[in-house]
Amino acid sequence: MQNDTALPIQISGLTKQYGDLYALNRVDLTVKSGEFLTLLGPSGSGKTTLLMAIAGFNRPDCGSIRFGDTEMILTPPHRRDVGMVFQSYALFPHMTVAENIGFPLKLRKVPPAVRTKKIEDALETVQLSGLGHRNIDQLSGGQRQRVALARAFVFAPRILLMDEPLSALDKKLRERMQIELKQLHRKLGVTTVYVTHDQREALTMSDRIAVINHGELIQVDNPEGIYNAPANEFVADFIGESTILPLQQSNGSLYYESQVVCPTPETNSSTYSLVIRPERLSLQKPDNADLLVFNGTVKESVYQGETVFVLITLDDSNEISVRYGTNAVSSTSQLEPDTRVDTFLRLSDVIVIPGTGQ
Amino acid sequence: MNWLSKPASDTQITHSNRLWLYLLAAVIMLLLVIPTFIVVPMSFSDAQYLEFPPEKWSLRWYQEYFGSVKWMRATSTSLKVGLLTMLVATPLGTMAAYALFVSGHRIARALFVVLITPMIVPVILIAIGAFYVYGRTGLNNSIIGLVLAHTAMATPLVMIVITASLRSYDLNQELVARSLGANRFTAFMSITLPQIKFSVITAALLSFLTSFDEVIISIFVSGGVNATLTKHMFAALRDYIDPTIAAISTIMVFISTLLLLIVQWIGSRQKS
Repeated sequence: MQNDTALPIQISGLTKQYGDLYALNRVDLTVKSGEFLTLLGPSGSGKTTLLMAIAGFNRPDCGSIRFGDTEMILTPPHRRDVGMVFQSYALFPHMTVAENIGFPLKLRKVPPAVRTKKIEDALETVQLSGLGHRNIDQLSGGQRQRVALARAFVFAPRILLMDEPLSALDKKLRERMQIELKQLHRKLGVTTVYVTHDQREALTMSDRIAVINHGELIQVDNPEGIYNAPANEFVADFIGESTILPLQQSNGSLYYESQVVCPTPETNSSTYSLVIRPERLSLQKPDNADLLVFNGTVKESVYQGETVFVLITLDDSNEISVRYGTNAVSSTSQLEPDTRVDTFLRLSDVIVIPGTGQ
Repeated sequence: MNWLSKPASDTQITHSNRLWLYLLAAVIMLLLVIPTFIVVPMSFSDAQYLEFPPEKWSLRWYQEYFGSVKWMRATSTSLKVGLLTMLVATPLGTMAAYALFVSGHRIARALFVVLITPMIVPVILIAIGAFYVYGRTGLNNSIIGLVLAHTAMATPLVMIVITASLRSYDLNQELVARSLGANRFTAFMSITLPQIKFSVITAALLSFLTSFDEVIISIFVSGGVNATLTKHMFAALRDYIDPTIAAISTIMVFISTLLLLIVQWIGSRQKS
């Protein structure tokens, strides 16, 4: 379970076609040794197909998957030495907790005494000490999740794959398990590929996120990079909340409503858009900063507990949304619909992406 | 009779409102089982001919049956063929059901229909077909021939029972087992099979019964030393009627009922 047994995964040119549809389209991706990488995408994006290809459960039409220096594309799943956690957990109901966790050890002919010790260690790691004799139907959802996890790492696999393992849990438990999984990953140091459609989960847990859509990798970066510098409109829209406004070009600069946003980036795109994160907008004018100003009227103001969410119709009929902490403004009554407001964005918070998507 | 005024279901209908339904159901059940069980008292009769109700009781027809070389040989043939059919049809049907279920391909669905045709086609057609094929291949009057034909009859039953149990089974468990290091065979044997074992046992018992109770094919393709019990019974009914038939019938009803009760019991255990 140490770092030195973890292996990097190198995927290149991976393609899988179902009829006319590309489930995977020439995917190139490197997962570094010991890294926690999340495949993030909407349903049908190809993320699970990619995970199943790494696990060996579906055979890509072409391309290469290497674990370390070894080509795995023709290796059957049971010889890939990969731990896998499924969405449905798929615990074996005819076995006890300990027998479930011991299953991969038994297959590897680990002697019973060593097996017992390893099972106990794994149970302790997932905080289920003493529950080894339980039957599966005596466990809660969270406990089942932990057993599935323990079963996947007890044999010290070189790679751990997880397919939306937390999606069946309620929100509170899910958020706690996200932290626990992250801690567990740090402890085991095993190369981990995690699939989710939940962008917040991806941002919470990952070293790096690979955004995938229509079978193509769109952007691979760390969470800050994905959030602060989305590669295109899809990423900007899919990760976090955002308002996307078209920009005009003139004399080597980009403009929004005659306000200079930034110099035109050197890309081959002919159009650009402005991505605004609602929490970066401010209804009070910040001091000492270069700003963009948006004039408009309040359309709707929603109190959501820890934040207030305000939808504003701009004078040019675009809509933007603002989110601010509830302690920042003493009262929300001043934001009745149809109130005129000015909204401010620091130029340092500006995100520009190529294309308008229109 | 307090329960008569209690509601029989979630609606306001009481048991007394439902009384006619209970009576009707009882009559229908009686009509269904009386023909089967009427042989039981007849088998204990002392008379030379089948009579009902018997005037004197005796076990002589059971003695007759157990003392007869001919009947014992037929019984042993039937048991042998039944067991062999069970041993062939159960794994074959289980494998076919599993393969077709896992594949989920369009062709698999068509194949499933093809494989269960012996259940749909009139048995007499299968019997005639088998008779002619066996005539050319020398399989008439052989144990193998009987087992083959009975296997064709029993396999669809096995497939239907196993497919039904696979429908409520999470196949992801096999994927997990394979990712944990089991090859497909080990994954099936250690994960899937233990969880569908009750259905497999049920299917095995049903395939034994299918063969043991089967008459039509046996009449056509069995004979000589390898004639089945059912064939002998049929011949005996045609040629000379004596209460030995009733004794044998009683034993067969007992065996069949017992096996079906076991199947039911397994089914109820599986659910709980």
